This record gives sequence, C-alpha cells and structure tokens, in this order.
Amino acid sequence: MIKITNLHKQYGELEVLKGIDLDVPKGEVLSVIGSSGSGKSTLLYCINGLEPIQKGQIIVDDIDVHASDTNLNSVRQNMGMVFQQWNSFPHLTVLENVALAPKIVSKLSKKEALEVAEKQLLHVGLGDKLTQYPSALSGGQQQRLAIARALAMEPKCMLFDEATSALDPELVGEVLDTIRLLADEGMTMICVTHEMGFAREVSDRVAFFHEGKIEEINQPEELFGSAKSKYLQKFLSKVKT
Amino acid sequence: MESASTYFSGFNINDLLYLGEAALRTLWISFWAISIGSFIGIFLGLALSISRVIAYTLGAVLDVFRSVPLIIQLVLFFNFAPIIGLRLNPFEAGLIVLIVYTSAYVANVARGGIEAVGDPMRRAARSLGMTYWQDLRYVVWPIGLRAVFPAWVGVALGVLKDSALVSILGYIELLKASQILMTRTQEAILILSIAGAFYFALSYPISYYATRLEQRWSE
Amino acid sequence: MDYNFHWRPVFKSLPDLLESALLTLEVAILSMILGILFGLALSLIRIKMTGPLKWFAVSWIELARNTPALLQLFFFGFGLGAFGIHFSPFLIVLLGLTFNNSGYLAENFRGGFNSIPETQIRASLSLGMNSFQTYTRIIIPQVLRVVYHPMTNQMVWAVLMSSLGMLVGFRELSGETQFFASKTYRIFEYFAATAIIYYVIVKIILGLSRLMASRLFKY
Repeated sequence: MIKITNLHKQYGELEVLKGIDLDVPKGEVLSVIGSSGSGKSTLLYCINGLEPIQKGQIIVDDIDVHASDTNLNSVRQNMGMVFQQWNSFPHLTVLENVALAPKIVSKLSKKEALEVAEKQLLHVGLGDKLTQYPSALSGGQQQRLAIARALAMEPKCMLFDEATSALDPELVGEVLDTIRLLADEGMTMICVTHEMGFAREVSDRVAFFHEGKIEEINQPEELFGSAKSKYLQKFLSKVKT
Repeated sequence: MESASTYFSGFNINDLLYLGEAALRTLWISFWAISIGSFIGIFLGLALSISRVIAYTLGAVLDVFRSVPLIIQLVLFFNFAPIIGLRLNPFEAGLIVLIVYTSAYVANVARGGIEAVGDPMRRAARSLGMTYWQDLRYVVWPIGLRAVFPAWVGVALGVLKDSALVSILGYIELLKASQILMTRTQEAILILSIAGAFYFALSYPISYYATRLEQRWSE
Repeated sequence: MDYNFHWRPVFKSLPDLLESALLTLEVAILSMILGILFGLALSLIRIKMTGPLKWFAVSWIELARNTPALLQLFFFGFGLGAFGIHFSPFLIVLLGLTFNNSGYLAENFRGGFNSIPETQIRASLSLGMNSFQTYTRIIIPQVLRVVYHPMTNQMVWAVLMSSLGMLVGFRELSGETQFFASKTYRIFEYFAATAIIYYVIVKIILGLSRLMASRLFKY
C-alpha cells in the first residue's frame, strides 16, 4: 500500500530524514513514536507530498508520489490526513466543512456530497452538530470533524500527525476511540503519536524514530516489551512511569 | 545643449527655493495642527472613556469631523468665521480646522489606548493608593501609549498629507506652490515628483519605523 | 452678527445636489471595486513574488500611502498631460481614487493573508484541493472577514476623498456645490447643506455595512 525506499529529506542544511525504508501493507496500522525533532511528522508530510524530498521514492497505491508527472491533488484524494492543529475551516458549518472537498474535488453533486458528509459525521459521532460552526465545538469534536472531513474523500489510507497532542487530556479519549474504530474497520493507517498506550493497543507494528532514521520497528509487544536499541530503552523509560 | 537649457528654463533654481519655502509652510501648519490637536485629542479621549453619556454625545459630535470631507470643513469654516465676526487669514482658519480634525481622530485613538489598559489594571493601581491623576500618569499613559502609538503615528501622517487641502483657502503650502508652478512652467511631472518626493521622504520612514515598533512591541 | 442666511436657493438646487451625490457614490463604488481587485493582486504579488513585479507592487502601495491623495489626483490630472494623455475629470478622480484605494487595501489584504494560519493551506491541500480552490474556497473567504471592517473604512474614505473632484473640475457633490455656491455667493449655506449630505451618506454606508456583516459572517 505504502512503500518507501531510501527516503532523504533536508531543510536547507539540516537533514531531517536520513534514509527511510518502510513498507506498510494494506490494512496495517503503523504507529510512529520518537522524541520531537526525530522526523516523524516530516515523514507524513513527505508521504502526502506536502514537502518535497531530496532522494528516494515513495509509492502509494502504485503511484510514485514525488515523480514529476504525478498529479499530487489526485494522490492526496487517496490519502486522508489529520493534523495536530485541527484546522477546521472556521467560515463553514460542520456539514459544509466535510462536504466541500467531495463537492469540488471529487465533483460529486451537492446532494451526494452532503449525504457523504452526513454519513461520515454520524460515523465519528457528530451527527447532532451538522449546522453548527466549528467555533462552537470543543477541540476533541473539531478533531473528529477533521477525521470525518478526511474520510469523506474515501481515502485508501489515513495519516495522523499527533492528532491528540494539542488536546486537553480529558478530550484525548474520544479522538482515540474514533481512530480505534477506523483500525477495527481495516483502514490502513500511519499514526505519529505520543500516546504509548494507544500505540501498544491498536497498532500492528510500531516504528521508533531516532535522529531521522527508523531505529527499531516491531510488533508492539516485542518493541515495548524487549526493546533492543538503547535509545529506545532510554526513550521508553522517559515516557513511561 | 543650448536648446535643451532654454527648453527647461521654465523651471529654475528660484522655483526650487519657492517649493522649499512652501514645504516649510506645510511642515509648519502640520506641526502645530498635530501638536495642539493631539494635546486636545488626548483630553477628549479621556472624557470619552469616563462615562457612557459623554461617549455618546461628545462621540457623536467628534464623529461629524470624521464623516465630512476635510475640504468641505475648510470651506465651511473659512466662510463661517466672518459671519460671527472673526477675521481670519487662510493660515489661521486652516490651522483651526486642522486642529479640530486632528483632535477628533486622536480622541478615538486615545480612547482606544485607555480601554487597552483595562479596568482591572486601573483598579489595581487605585487600590495601591494612587490618585486618579497618578493612575493616569504612571499606569494608563505608559501602557496605553504603547498600545496606540502606531495608530497615532498614522493619524499624524494623515494630517501631514491632508494639510495639502488647506491650499483651497489660498494658503501657499507645498501643493499649492506646485500648482502655481505647474501652471507657469508646464513642467507638471517634474514638479509633482519633487513635491511627492518631499511628502514620501517624510512619511515613509516614519510609518516604516512605526510598523517596526509595533511588531517589536507585539512580540 | 449681521449676516442674513438664505437657504431658499439651497433648497431649490437640492435635487441637483442629490443627483451629484449619486455621481459621488458612483465614483466611490467603482474605485472600490477596482481597488479591491488591484489591491488583492498587489498584496499577493508583495507576499509571493520577488523581482521587478514585487518592486512595482511595493512602489505602488507605498506611494499611494505616503503621498497626499490630492497629489495623486493632480498626477493623473496634470502630470500625465506631459505625455499627451488627458483624462476627463471623471476619469481623473476614478483613477486617482483607485490608485489610492488599491495601495491601502493591499496592505489590509496583506495583514489578512498573514492572519490565516499556514495550517489551513496544508489542510485543504491534503484534501486534494488545488491551490486555486484553496485560495477561493478557504483562504479568501476568511481574509474577507478580517479585512471587512478596514474595507468599510476605506469605502468611507473613498467617498470623502472624491470631494477632491472639485479641484480638478469634476462636478460630483462637492464640485456641484462649488458651482452653485459661486453662482449665488451663498457659499456657507451650500457647503453646510453638502456637509450634511456627506454625513448622511457616510452613516448609510456604515449602517449597510453592519447589516451586511450580520448576514455574511454567521460564525
């Protein structure tokens, strides 16, 4: 589904990703953990084509994302992305937020777009907020709105960039529940996260990033239970307990 | 060479001096209008912030000066003064109108500054035993000034540019002098460029500096 | 006070004055529409581009903001005559106001664009929207709200500035007033009536703007 080979990414002089190789098969949930600045979020931006890359290749659903003849907009339609900042569009109602892209990007009729939007909002539990504006929603609700908005494009995979780290602690649960729901439905997902418990419980595999490289990648029980890398051991001892 | 110099002889060094002198008059009338107008405006702003009744009544009066073109105000006052027996020359009449005009804008700016300080802070100051005037001097003034200084600069520069309109009363400031020279020499582009450069050289650095200051303060 | 006010001639020419007020509105509205288009383009060029085009945009913006509007009008009225370009009084005012509006609005728009977080662009791109859709559907609607109030102010300014038309022979409200005033010598009466008309126009604009805002911005 997502195949990354020898990915290098630089911001000017600063090398953020130093050769990433990663293969995410269909239906897998991969969590990415690591300290800040290790390049986790940058990886997602590169997969989504929001950031250019210097070397390597990213293939999503048989399309080379960074090839010069690739239409990024159509690639992105197959990938939903949810950001740390929830980024709801403040000038549109909840329903319009979700219906906009299906209407103008997927070219659905207005009626179809609204149906799709309503379906996805019910899916994430916001069925009673359709006509409200995002400013009336809590952070957790806005983040679920962002998930519904991405799902409305019927993506083949979802990318979550620290979707819960800007939320108040009591709102984290509802968003994680929504992501868990998607995992159960078999959605292919890459989740950059700080929630170790969530990573452990939901993921098929967990990747630990350290200084622009995948330091260790394994099934959650193995990775959390018997970490091999000393950086990972150090990281885990800091975030746990 | 010869023909070129006679062609351009329409505009000579004396004309430049004439423009320079007129520029000084622009500065002169702007300086007084901005100083006196700001002084009065601050007190008007204070009055506006004191009570709702004053804010509505005085506010409505000041609003008139911001809702009628300056040029109309100038003509109106210049022709009204003799009716009430005031003999004013163009400078005096122009200056009075500019002062009122400036103070109407500054009043709004000052009120914004006072509101920016906020009641809790002022109550805190008063609770420390400061008098009303001490509170104004040591709390409202320094904090409010910071909040609205860039806006005040905007008003002042606006008055500098608007002072060009006093020309309609016959006061020979920079733009009126330019107009006179344009008619005589037919060198409109050259003269307008000189006049424009003068305003620009004065206004641009000040507004640039004010914007910078605003950015630095907002950090 | 031995002046006798004569209001009868003013009342008699009131229909003409009101008709010329429509011309004032016409030129102000046209200059705003053009100003919004040019201002939008100038601000985007200033934000996004480098090189000569940016230099051009910055010069336009800063000249418009740092020289008197009357000088800008004179430039279109007399300055371009040097190149054999002569505009009608209506066009002189329209071009002058458009030049001025564009400069001020461009800076308002720039502030508006800067106030929209970068993440909004990322979010809409990640949904597969292209940059044109991102701008027209996501960014500009939000910018419009930020600049709505400054834009209303600029509209008021455009009305007030159009009074400069009387200095370049344009018979909008002020020009028409001057025409009647010099014909009848009732200068004060005519300009007083015109001041009231301007005041009413400005109040109507502000009222309409508030009404529209409550319809447009529900969030």
